[in-house]
Amino acid sequence: MNPELRELWVYLSTSPLLGLTLTLLAYQLAYAIYVKLGSHPLANPVAIAVALIVAILTFTGTPYAVYFEGAQFVHFLLGPATVALAVPLYAQWPRLKKLFGASMLALVTGSVVSVVSVWLIAEAFGASDQVLRSLAPKSVTSPIGMGISEKIGGLPSLTAVLIMLTGIVGAVIGPALLKATGTQDDAIRGFAIGISAHGIGTARAFQISETAGAFSALAMGLNGVVTSIVVPVLVHALA
Amino acid sequence: MLASLTLLLVFQLIGETVVQWLRLPVPGPVLGMLLLFAALVVRGEVPTALRDTANGLLQHLSLLFVPAGAGVMTHLGLLATAWLPITVAILLSTAVTLLVTAFVMRAAARQQ
Repeated sequence: MNPELRELWVYLSTSPLLGLTLTLLAYQLAYAIYVKLGSHPLANPVAIAVALIVAILTFTGTPYAVYFEGAQFVHFLLGPATVALAVPLYAQWPRLKKLFGASMLALVTGSVVSVVSVWLIAEAFGASDQVLRSLAPKSVTSPIGMGISEKIGGLPSLTAVLIMLTGIVGAVIGPALLKATGTQDDAIRGFAIGISAHGIGTARAFQISETAGAFSALAMGLNGVVTSIVVPVLVHALA
Repeated sequence: MLASLTLLLVFQLIGETVVQWLRLPVPGPVLGMLLLFAALVVRGEVPTALRDTANGLLQHLSLLFVPAGAGVMTHLGLLATAWLPITVAILLSTAVTLLVTAFVMRAAARQQ
């Protein structure tokens, strides 16, 4: 690199502009690829955008913390966006009242099944104790999951990664799997996706329908509460 | 737009404050969502401006997960050593959770 270019790079790489612009460009490219491939679930925009960004950061030797200086402005919007989920949820209020009992039963069952199944399967395949503890809260939204992980002796930053992978898997396989096994009600599809794949699943559920998205958002919120209560008890029994 | 964005932030702030204060095991924004939902139920309708702002924010919800997602690069080493149990467990467990949750909810909804 010649000195002038290097100087420019040093200047740009320390300002938040680069991380922010990179995030928006990578996402739009990922979204264009997703549309180009006929909205195929395997072409998940989050997965593609993350792969692009990791490749670029690794190639340019940029630490994640430097990238996040800029990307945090996008990250911050997760808060108000989560609050905004109340709007589509309110539109489902009449259905929600009817499905209240069924939702609560599905919520508790889904939460327990998620924790117990991921623990037993990972243990059977030789995962270390630390990986097991980090995996336990994989289905909940990351701020809750990281808190749970810390409390039970997992690695919170690893949990954040495992939660993202779970969200992508749920977004990719969820809608097709539920359809193939005969779940036709969008409220139930959305609820199951929200329990197993939190916010990334919820983003996908909104593409099925407004109803699926709203029920997914509700399931995600409730599952965070239930999982933070059941995980310490279950892990105590499993470990 | 400005007023409704402020409203969302105010509910998030209330959520964060209550969570910190009562040491609840929920993130502030999730409590903020439940409180805004309750407020809408009491009010009986969604103001048009709030609906527009909410739709705008939620239209590209996936984008908002990208910055945290790129954090995967900080754990590539650990993922490389434990990729098999992690991959199998996440795939199977997510599938099982999806199916069991949907099955229980369908069965319970039919009973009602």
